[in-house]
Amino acid sequence: MTIGDHVADRVEQVPPSGIRRFFELAEEMDDVISLGVGEPDFSAPWAARTAAIDSLERGKTSYTSNRGMRELREAISERVTRYGQEYDPDSEILVTTGASEAVDLAFRAFVEDGDVVAIPQPSYISYTPGALFAGGDPLPVPTSAEDEFKLTPEALEAAGADEADVLVLCYPNNPTGAVMTEDELAAVAEFVEEHDLVVFSDEIYADLRYEDSHASIVTHPGMRERTVVFNGFSKAYAMTGLRLGYAMGPPEAIDAMNKIHQYGMLSAPTTAQYAAIEALRSCDDEVEEMRREYDRRRRFVISRFREMGMDCFEAKGAFYVFPEVPDGDDEAFAEGLLEAQNVALVPGSVFGEGGEGHLRVSYATSMRELREAMDRIEAYVNG
Amino acid sequence: MDKQSLLDLLRRDARESVDDMARQLGADADAVAAALEELEDDGVVRGYQAVVDWNKVDEEVVRAQVEVDVELDRDTGYDQIARRIARFPEVGTLRLVSGDYDFFIEVEGDSMQGISKFISERIAPLPEVTKTVTHFVMDSYKEEGIELGDGDDDDRLSVSP
Repeated sequence: MTIGDHVADRVEQVPPSGIRRFFELAEEMDDVISLGVGEPDFSAPWAARTAAIDSLERGKTSYTSNRGMRELREAISERVTRYGQEYDPDSEILVTTGASEAVDLAFRAFVEDGDVVAIPQPSYISYTPGALFAGGDPLPVPTSAEDEFKLTPEALEAAGADEADVLVLCYPNNPTGAVMTEDELAAVAEFVEEHDLVVFSDEIYADLRYEDSHASIVTHPGMRERTVVFNGFSKAYAMTGLRLGYAMGPPEAIDAMNKIHQYGMLSAPTTAQYAAIEALRSCDDEVEEMRREYDRRRRFVISRFREMGMDCFEAKGAFYVFPEVPDGDDEAFAEGLLEAQNVALVPGSVFGEGGEGHLRVSYATSMRELREAMDRIEAYVNG
Repeated sequence: MDKQSLLDLLRRDARESVDDMARQLGADADAVAAALEELEDDGVVRGYQAVVDWNKVDEEVVRAQVEVDVELDRDTGYDQIARRIARFPEVGTLRLVSGDYDFFIEVEGDSMQGISKFISERIAPLPEVTKTVTHFVMDSYKEEGIELGDGDDDDRLSVSP
């Protein structure tokens, strides 16, 4: 007997991540400029880092309340009013170890064996495995470049999502950079209500919208009572390594998720919670400065792709653009580019249906590197 | 053409090409070139300089910050005194400030002796100057918003979700 023979089927069935394979290829090479990174190139604002240091100096190294420090939940509750969201800090907010934990908790709390989980594609790579680990049955809902990778009721209908139990949303979107406006969300909300779905809305990139401000499905009639929202500090505050996120939803939803969280995690990292309180309290200017810098890079990257003749829809959120590969084979393009020009990016097909023929290009890297990377991509395209 | 955005961009990196600036601003290259020219013509943009970490240069450069107290009289104002001080090529920066002294000067030279001599022979003797305090710069950690010294490496994973 070896323990390997006993790995649970629900784990076995999940294929290895395509991102992982690309990571390994890129790691083997020197001098790689990477546009494959899914996290900010900035460090967390200094005030937030100082708050973390101070908390350590004061010996704040114990657990916190399962749901997270009350002070932090209050600050979160106040913060999200800017997105039109209202959540009670005592009963409707759960602080988690990254938004990723919140997503995992939601799958485990709400997905029964065989429940259908509709996941718009291309999609962040964690949702499908998350649904599978929970015993669910993922249903890909392809979106397309023609719709700027927005989710439409037609796409939901065509994929059979009317039979689904859960719908996962992620806008602004990783990997496409797509965003949804209030009107577009209203149409989705109507579908959701008609077919009585539970909604998981991952809004981790809420602060990284470049043409307008964040729109959330929970502000639409009938949505709040059936939705869990995920957000966190990783992207807007450049705090990925501090692992801090949160879930918001009706009390029964948060109670259910907290039941799992209290046994599996106890509480989110205490040091990170101190950093997060300070981040919410005093770091708006830094967030805005980072947003402006991303915006400049975004425009730069999109125009370079268009100038070299690659179709690139105008991504208006997150820090990704999603250009089309000239001959359609994204894996071959990405591998060839890495080999010939030492530029790493991620082939779109890694992110599911609708991603094939595209590339995820992250502009969370300095202008200097971006300029060099775009020159190299142009040389590769013309070569 | 939004001039404030263009200024933000120039203050971050003034060496970018007009084309690259245009791409980042979502503007036409000709419009950026015209706006740039206008900023220069109007005297809004006075020049473009490199931010140098002198620790990494063999040649020794000595810098000092000098506090200068002056006494005004009926015929002489700050502007007149400032104009006289500013003309010296040794003076890199000259500002009128609030607080314990009047003028703040940054001076650059080849040696401490040279700077001392400049202050004692050129600045202190000016009739309106009543007192100078010279601080020699011992080290610099940040200049023009840029941290000096060895930067942190980008230690992020090269490809991540």
